[in-house]
Amino acid sequence: MKQLSYREAIREAMIEEMARDEQVVVIGEDVGSYGGCFKVTTGLLERFGTHQVIETPVSEEGLVGVAVGAAMMGMRPIVEIMYGDFSTLASDPLINHAAKMYFMSAGQISVPLVYRTPMGSGTGAAAQHTQSLEALFTNVPGLKVVYPSTPADAKGLLKSAIRDPNPVVFIEHKLYGSEDFVPEGEYTIPLGVSDIKREGTDVSIIAYGKAVFMALEAASILEETEVSVEVVDLRSLRPLDTQTILASVKKTGRVVVVHEAPQFGGFSGEIISQIVADFEAFQALKAPIARVCGKEMPTPFNKHLEMQLPPSPHDIVDAVLNLFPSAVYKTTPAGKGHRDFSHIAGHSKFLVSN
Amino acid sequence: MSIAFNREQGLDTLSLMIRSRLFEKKIETLFSSHEMHGTTHLAIGQEAVHAGVSPALDPKDWIITTHRCHGHTLAKGASIESMLAEFFGLKQGLSKGLGGSMHLIDLEHHNAGTSAVVGSGVAIATGMALQLKRTGSDNVVVAFFGDGASSRGIIHEAMNMASIWNLPVLFLCEHNLYGMSSSATDMVSVKSIASRGSAYSIESRSVDGNDVEVVYAAVQKAAQYIRAEGRPYLLEALTYRFSGHSKNDTCNYRTREEENVWKQKDPLEIFKERMIARGHLTEEDYKAMITLEQDKLDTVAESLITQKQELSLDEAYSFVYAEGGSQ
Repeated sequence: MKQLSYREAIREAMIEEMARDEQVVVIGEDVGSYGGCFKVTTGLLERFGTHQVIETPVSEEGLVGVAVGAAMMGMRPIVEIMYGDFSTLASDPLINHAAKMYFMSAGQISVPLVYRTPMGSGTGAAAQHTQSLEALFTNVPGLKVVYPSTPADAKGLLKSAIRDPNPVVFIEHKLYGSEDFVPEGEYTIPLGVSDIKREGTDVSIIAYGKAVFMALEAASILEETEVSVEVVDLRSLRPLDTQTILASVKKTGRVVVVHEAPQFGGFSGEIISQIVADFEAFQALKAPIARVCGKEMPTPFNKHLEMQLPPSPHDIVDAVLNLFPSAVYKTTPAGKGHRDFSHIAGHSKFLVSN
Repeated sequence: MSIAFNREQGLDTLSLMIRSRLFEKKIETLFSSHEMHGTTHLAIGQEAVHAGVSPALDPKDWIITTHRCHGHTLAKGASIESMLAEFFGLKQGLSKGLGGSMHLIDLEHHNAGTSAVVGSGVAIATGMALQLKRTGSDNVVVAFFGDGASSRGIIHEAMNMASIWNLPVLFLCEHNLYGMSSSATDMVSVKSIASRGSAYSIESRSVDGNDVEVVYAAVQKAAQYIRAEGRPYLLEALTYRFSGHSKNDTCNYRTREEENVWKQKDPLEIFKERMIARGHLTEEDYKAMITLEQDKLDTVAESLITQKQELSLDEAYSFVYAEGGSQ
């Protein structure tokens, strides 16, 4: 094992794949000597030259369209779009073309394209550079959607995405400097397989991307209680590893779904639907399913306002505790002998009112 | 600038134009009798463009076409069987009935298909050209688009990229005066779309798109230029669609007088008369050619109507995602 940042892990995946296959080509704005907006492609131009690193004008729709055409002819482009927000510009080539080419041609043409883009707030970049727009893509058959949390997952999933014959939307969070252990040597992680980041028995927190870290932090806060938390990191949103979700729910009977995107119409709705549509998982539920998601507003610039937008570990703790109402009634007239978590719950409505 | 086809080439071209004209009329009939469903965009009146473009190319040159793609697809080499079957939604079709009239893809003849999102195919063609260049190919990609598409931002982005990267793309604008119902006079800021080439340092020309020999010569020259100079080229072919935009178009946005003026410039009639004047064709020959093509078309259509084979939903699912990768 070695220690790599999220940024370095993504870069390493690209380097290994570009060295393995000269058809693997990085395409995007400022991806050359500048190293990309978030410095993920630093050094690639120097190492692989313009044959495998193609810098483009500010033409998101055009460059993704070009990548689709090149992929149809045998290139395996890795497109970098500097902010996920600009996916609105790139959506025609991705949604109307890349996702449908294999189908419309009845298998004559495939589009092995990776669309890398960072999403999420916390950067002070305000409303047009911070959105979490994964749900734009998860409802499109023909696209795969991946959103890794850790450096190790990012590397293994990106290598699989590059080798996949389908268009893959590869979403990155912006904690590019966060470090963790990454296996030595060659490995891939299959798309469509989630990962239990922490095992537990009382509640399943289902998350992806940066929200996984919030979930893990909430889980460690909850160590002070008797609530044993399982954290399921989806890693892939489409295909979705429904099996692992259902198995976890059947084990714990309680679910909190967490993501940074706004709640209304968010991907959490799909996760919950998968759970309640399964007879056994539905029967196993001991409490309603909770969601902790982003607020329903564009990202404000003001730092204190921005910080309140995404789910915090304390929001998640509150949501978990609310699934155990008997445990928090100690401060109400409900009676004695119940567990008291008031010292760790930040904003639980049960506790604050007392 | 034009060329004069020899007798054989002339007859081949004429028979292609006849096939295209009759094909479109057959489609029109099958749609109005509800034997075909969906929608369709006919290119009656624009035959000189598609019959002039593909024959002037190397068979290994690629095309990306538009929603109005029947003529381009025929001219690039697809059989009427595979096309008609696609229109009927059948398994024997070019895309097994998954694409239909607006999505004709025929890789065997280097036709990488269409974008029915007006203008979007131009960027895809540009990307194909990028990969051809990267892999040392000598071939070019033709990106068909119309005057309507010329207003899309993607055309600007694609032309800019093709120019800065020196890509082998022939941007081929079929200027038929109308984007659906909107007149280019009202919607396009320039009289000649070819004049926009200079904004991208791209060589360009505007030609009579109703004269098949003129189109052929212009495409041949453009393709030679692209191969020799390694630069893109913009060719505008001025033409007119006799048919409406799609199947339910009453053409209330243009006058019958205007239509009649253009019908005097029917590309098929012009070329037929020229062939007769050159002594390469008689009226009887022409009638025989029409009968031959019509009979072929009718026979194929009849046989497809009687032997329908369609994909099951499960078979269709198998084309949502390609198999493979490291999973």
